[in-house]
Amino acid sequence: MSFEKDMRRLEEIVESLDSESVELDKALTLFEEGLKVLKSASKALSGAEKKVKMLIEGADGAIEAQDFERE
Amino acid sequence: MRYRPRKNPMDFELYTPNKSIEIPGGSAESAVSVASLNDTVKMLVEGGLAPLWVRGEVSDFKKHRNGHWYFTLKDATSQVRCVVWSRDQIGIPTSPDVGMEVSLFGRLTFYSARGDLHLTVTKIEARGDGLWQKALLESQQRLEKEGLLAPERKRALPYSPAVIAVVTSPDGAAFRDIYAVVKRRAPQVQLVISPAKVQGDGAANEIIIALKRVVDWGQAEVVIVGRGGGSKEDLWAFNSEDLARAIAACPIPVISAVGHEIDFSLSDLIADFRAPTPSAAGEAVVPVSADLGEMLRSYEGDLHSVMRRRLIDARYLLTTYSRSIKNNAKAMIDVHRSELKGIAGRMNALSPLATLSRGYAVARDPETGRTLTRVSDFKDGAEFDLTVSDGTIRAQPTTKRDPDVV
Repeated sequence: MSFEKDMRRLEEIVESLDSESVELDKALTLFEEGLKVLKSASKALSGAEKKVKMLIEGADGAIEAQDFERE
Repeated sequence: MRYRPRKNPMDFELYTPNKSIEIPGGSAESAVSVASLNDTVKMLVEGGLAPLWVRGEVSDFKKHRNGHWYFTLKDATSQVRCVVWSRDQIGIPTSPDVGMEVSLFGRLTFYSARGDLHLTVTKIEARGDGLWQKALLESQQRLEKEGLLAPERKRALPYSPAVIAVVTSPDGAAFRDIYAVVKRRAPQVQLVISPAKVQGDGAANEIIIALKRVVDWGQAEVVIVGRGGGSKEDLWAFNSEDLARAIAACPIPVISAVGHEIDFSLSDLIADFRAPTPSAAGEAVVPVSADLGEMLRSYEGDLHSVMRRRLIDARYLLTTYSRSIKNNAKAMIDVHRSELKGIAGRMNALSPLATLSRGYAVARDPETGRTLTRVSDFKDGAEFDLTVSDGTIRAQPTTKRDPDVV
């Protein structure tokens, strides 16, 4: 699930919670889901720095991402 | 040994011209052939003049079936025939229009078979980049006609992509700039470079292949195509119509980042997003992670505060309901009780009637209506109502008798 989707889901959840038409039971379930989404989104943000890769076409025509050596 | 001078080419006497030899063409007898005349002219013209720039106005333009261009370059008093071989047209944006003021780079060639003098042209520059603009316009019009430049075709960039591909030269400033900006804003993002030559012959093709590599790899969510600043020629690959079509066909959103702010390329027009510089592309492609973290925290706050409010509301409702249930119940009981009381009173008053008519009387407390059935119910001197068959009289007890003695 992408970060963008997570954010959109969070927005929806907060909006639903805010609306009186959602019953308390459902609201609690939504709240729990919101906490889960928050966790996954924060995880996506806090990943370690990634090495740059370079796309190379192998002899068999398959595309490979190799480490990109920079000076 | 006797000294003998060496034979030396510099020795004058050995090379004294024979005065009897006549210059060819000096007389009717020594007339030269047309071929040898033209050969001489060719040698003089082609050997005597280095390739050079010539300016004038284009007229009488013809594109031959085999792709070569023929035209005349002229000014007020003179003209020269020009040819551009199809193989030399690669570096020229498009054919010049008749009437266009141009500068041509070429070498003078003499075509012996026809005795023609040509300028064999390899570069053409129109005043004010006219030719580049014309070529761009032609491509643009074709793309426009096919609907490929329509604003509704532009796709939104992913909000916070995890994998970003960059099609550019691995040694260029563009990649360094993009790398620096993206790492600063979002160090957790995976950057992938798909290398391509970005200027010179075949650059457009290499860029197309590099873009295809990104598509085939299939893991990038967005791709930046670009290079740093340079001359118009350096940036020309990004005006390639083929590249524009490849960008239009790319299944993931494309950011075009070519040269500096003032440079505008066909890639810029067709891409989903035009970044004025590679650094700007870095800014556009990924939000600052710290800002996103801030946003997440604000969502977290919202989530909790909204939930808390819901709970408080629910608790309040609960209290209100339970109170109102209690109140209602009490009110109901009161109503029932008073109804019952009324009925009981009426019953008390009505039921003994039959008995009364037979000569009995009933004594009741005038205040509570309670029936006084025992001696002990009567208080000394307290008045009571005595109901007989046709009415009630107020009475007072005088003597109490022991209940045991009737």
